[in-house]
Amino acid sequence: MALLQISEPGQSPDPHQRRIAVGIDLGTTHSLVAAVRNGVAECLPDGQGRVILPSVVRYLEGGGRQIGHDAHAAQAHDPENTVASVKRFMGRGLKDIANREKLPYRFTDASEQGGMVSLQTRAGAKSPVEISAEILVTLRYRAEDTFGNDLYGAVITVPAYFDDAQRQATKDAAKLAGINVLRLINEPTAAAIAYGLDNGSEGIYAVYDLGGGTFDISILRLTRGVFEVIATGGDSALGGDDYDRALADWILGQAAVMAASPAAKAAVKMSARMAKEALSTQDSVVARVELERRAIEVTVTRNDFEAVTADLTARTMTAVRKTLRDAKLGRDEVKGVVMVGGSTRMPQVQRAVGEFFGREPLTNLNPDEVVALGAAIQANALAGNNASGDLLLLDVIPLSLGIETMGGLVERIVPRNETIPTAKAQDFTTYKDGQTAMALHVVQGERDLVQDCRSLARFELRGIPPMAAGAARIRVTFTVDADGLLSVNAREQGSGVEARIDVKPSYGLSDDEIARLLQESFTTAEQDMKARALAEAKVEAERMVIATRSALDGDGQLLGAQERAHIDDLMRQLQDIAQSGSDAGAIEAATEALAKGTEAFAAARMNHSIQQALAGKNVETL
Amino acid sequence: MNLQSNDFELFALPQRFAQDASAIDARWKELQREAHPDRFAAQGAAAQRVAMQWSARINEAYRRLKDPLQRASYLCELRGAPINAENNTAMPAKFLIEQMDWREALEEAEDEPSLDALWDQLRQSRHEVLQDIERLLDRDNDAPAAAQQVRALMFIERFGRDIEARFEQLGQ
Repeated sequence: MALLQISEPGQSPDPHQRRIAVGIDLGTTHSLVAAVRNGVAECLPDGQGRVILPSVVRYLEGGGRQIGHDAHAAQAHDPENTVASVKRFMGRGLKDIANREKLPYRFTDASEQGGMVSLQTRAGAKSPVEISAEILVTLRYRAEDTFGNDLYGAVITVPAYFDDAQRQATKDAAKLAGINVLRLINEPTAAAIAYGLDNGSEGIYAVYDLGGGTFDISILRLTRGVFEVIATGGDSALGGDDYDRALADWILGQAAVMAASPAAKAAVKMSARMAKEALSTQDSVVARVELERRAIEVTVTRNDFEAVTADLTARTMTAVRKTLRDAKLGRDEVKGVVMVGGSTRMPQVQRAVGEFFGREPLTNLNPDEVVALGAAIQANALAGNNASGDLLLLDVIPLSLGIETMGGLVERIVPRNETIPTAKAQDFTTYKDGQTAMALHVVQGERDLVQDCRSLARFELRGIPPMAAGAARIRVTFTVDADGLLSVNAREQGSGVEARIDVKPSYGLSDDEIARLLQESFTTAEQDMKARALAEAKVEAERMVIATRSALDGDGQLLGAQERAHIDDLMRQLQDIAQSGSDAGAIEAATEALAKGTEAFAAARMNHSIQQALAGKNVETL
Repeated sequence: MNLQSNDFELFALPQRFAQDASAIDARWKELQREAHPDRFAAQGAAAQRVAMQWSARINEAYRRLKDPLQRASYLCELRGAPINAENNTAMPAKFLIEQMDWREALEEAEDEPSLDALWDQLRQSRHEVLQDIERLLDRDNDAPAAAQQVRALMFIERFGRDIEARFEQLGQ
């Protein structure tokens, strides 16, 4: 297919330069960035050789910020301004946040505007999207420094159960960080890709992901290189930290002391954590803790540790069983189990999983890195660097989408687990004579009452011609794209009056907000904003010209002479401005003009090439 | 072929009720491999939009072809006998009596074994109706009669959901 040849070796429009595409694991406790180099996916280290970036952002006096290890270290003495685990707040309202009284943050409820929570810091109110963007931009710079080049795009991973608001928030954060999102993919799918399961054998796979603070279990089905997430489950408040806490309590019990102050508690927990990690490779360890009045020493054997945490491991297995039931599968049908998350290094966890499934789980990749590695492989394929890449990810929508009807009931339009992308239409009508407007309320969830579902957006269709009640035919179309993001379109069939929204108002940021945030964003501080904007505009212009030229080479015959001349003209103008210009705005405008001018051509090419590809097939070739 | 082609044309399958489920699966994945927006990730927004339309259309056809009830309704409609379930509720007396018996049995079912028995009956009945539909559509070419059986199948499916709900109740 002509469209795909652009990046085949030797024909690359830019032969000396591959597109820099990375995979980003934006995790609850830590984040990583990985890329395919010399055919191998690897995590990129920071200047000090560390690949893990703690997902912690600290706002400093005077407008600066710390991200990662430094922020993590400051958590104990500056908790209010040091935000950890921000992923839990993405796309969430105040009432969604469990145990918020136990958290050190001052939340601002934006629910009267239907918005996401924000956190009061000394740098002002910060939304989870902004905070996540700080982490993403740190990883972006790390990648750009590694390659000495601008980033082409990234695949970012999200938990399989993330709803529309959470996915949208993640995408907004990437936008704010100046990252072109090639695709959001589900974390378990990324892990399976890292293990190369996609080019291995077909079947059912389980991904057991025990991180610092969360446990996720996902069941995937692979057929002919297509991954489908068929069920997900887990416990959002169970992770390695709970093992640390259980062991810390036990150590205190053994020493018959109490840890009263926060500092003492933290010291015991740190010691427990070190003991836990040591016990992954040795049978016993001595835990030492300096408390206020005395130092304690307690010998911990692996058996002790396993005994005090047995119920935690058992809880994960209960979730595994439930998820298998949801998937209507037996444990013997699972062909392989992938282990993800640092906590799966614990021998008792590996043993429990192995015994349950009756097979050794896959553990040979670093469980902290596996998600980022898989995302990198997918990013590389999507950027067109891997022409032989034959991987196709088909996802399902994790939660049903519907619309509010009379009496606060939900009319389901897209049921959960439906394969995306998808478009679904449903007809509604007016209920009053002469009604000229109709309010639509879009919700997500499995319950029948609107109040039990998540509100995604409200919008209004106006200008319906006055008719008798029930005479108008209003077709509401839900379109869910490959990333699982929704847009809704409403159209009165008789008059053609239309209303359309990309669903984001309730929990996402509006485009205006993003523009404002981009303007006042972190990039100003360290980077010369203008130079960066100019460089980006030039890269974008070049990208557009290359794409247009290769499209003309391949499918120019689809154009009339006049259309062709028009496009050539626009292309020349853009090249001139990009070469000589120093005005990012003018370059962007010319790029935009070329994009607009080639829209019809692009659609014609796509239709043409897809039809050709499809028409060549018939039943016999299957 | 275009976005308006019918599901069978799109999937290059014979326009009949009897289908090989694995052929539908295989064809679906093959089509998605060509049309999925990921294939066009590097080619700009316009290409992505068109790919999404195609990809969503392929998924729609897949769901309809895969489910016997939806496939049968669709075929009836293509052959000029739309189902119109909401305006067309007249059913043969025999069928209605059977339905009433089932409902009564469901009301009285107090334990899982009696629900299991009802479930088996339902499956049997469903199987018979599907065979009728296949005969009427593929051999007798009698779409109006098939549409009548499709409506019967809709009753049966709804009853199946009620049994499931009852199972859930008992399970709690």
